[in-house]
Amino acid sequence: MNLRRDVFQAIADPTRRAILLLLASQAMTAGAIAANFDTARPTVSKHLQILTECELLEQEQNGREIYYHLNPAKMKEIADFIEPFRKMWDDRFNKLEAIMKNYKNK
Amino acid sequence: MEQKTKVSAEDGKQELFITREFDLPLDLVFRAFSEPAIIEQWMSNPYSNARLLKFEAKKQGAYQLETTDAQGKITFRANGVIHEFDPGIKITRTFEMEGTPYGVQLEVYKFEKLSDDTSRLIMHVIYESVAQRDEVLKLPFAKGINMAHDRLQEILSKLN
Repeated sequence: MNLRRDVFQAIADPTRRAILLLLASQAMTAGAIAANFDTARPTVSKHLQILTECELLEQEQNGREIYYHLNPAKMKEIADFIEPFRKMWDDRFNKLEAIMKNYKNK
Repeated sequence: MEQKTKVSAEDGKQELFITREFDLPLDLVFRAFSEPAIIEQWMSNPYSNARLLKFEAKKQGAYQLETTDAQGKITFRANGVIHEFDPGIKITRTFEMEGTPYGVQLEVYKFEKLSDDTSRLIMHVIYESVAQRDEVLKLPFAKGINMAHDRLQEILSKLN
């Protein structure tokens, strides 16, 4: 559960969300990612480290360069985070609707 | 497909919104939140039976809800105080799960008429902190795991 909480802390930061968005279409090196931001290179490196530590990003060695790419499994986990909660309310409200429809004709 | 029930929980905020559009006239939707026997019905599911121990639908009224499993064992109790009970318009109440570290949440239910046969409910839920909101959001998920675990226990006990 700790790791999970870290993931949500990770995506709470706007720069980190922007990095994830940037990497959605292609794998990139740290330098190429940093070029997209006004922030200092070490700051971007720190963000990449956090995203990698909570497994949202994966590193891949390609020659002398390290490329960062999204970890789809972990990204899906975020997307699914709210789904069980939503489903619980959806089930309840579907039931409410079905029950009250009986009252409608009375 | 458009989802009928939507949950919006922005990052870093200690609140969330649950929005639902019903194929029901406004008065029937509100009635489903006003009559204990009806609330008990829609809050129950095949795994859990809901019962209102107390329900005073008025300003400064209080309520207490209990759920039991198929064996009649108490699985959950919650209570709160009603601050506003404005028929067809709004309910404001607190909600607290007894014996849990999740704190007290403030809930504002707004009821809106869309047409003669459709209406919308907007639930605004405010938690004590961002962390607490996120913990509560994880609950149904954790419950799912527990349920699977219980089922496993059940099967294993039959093998013995």
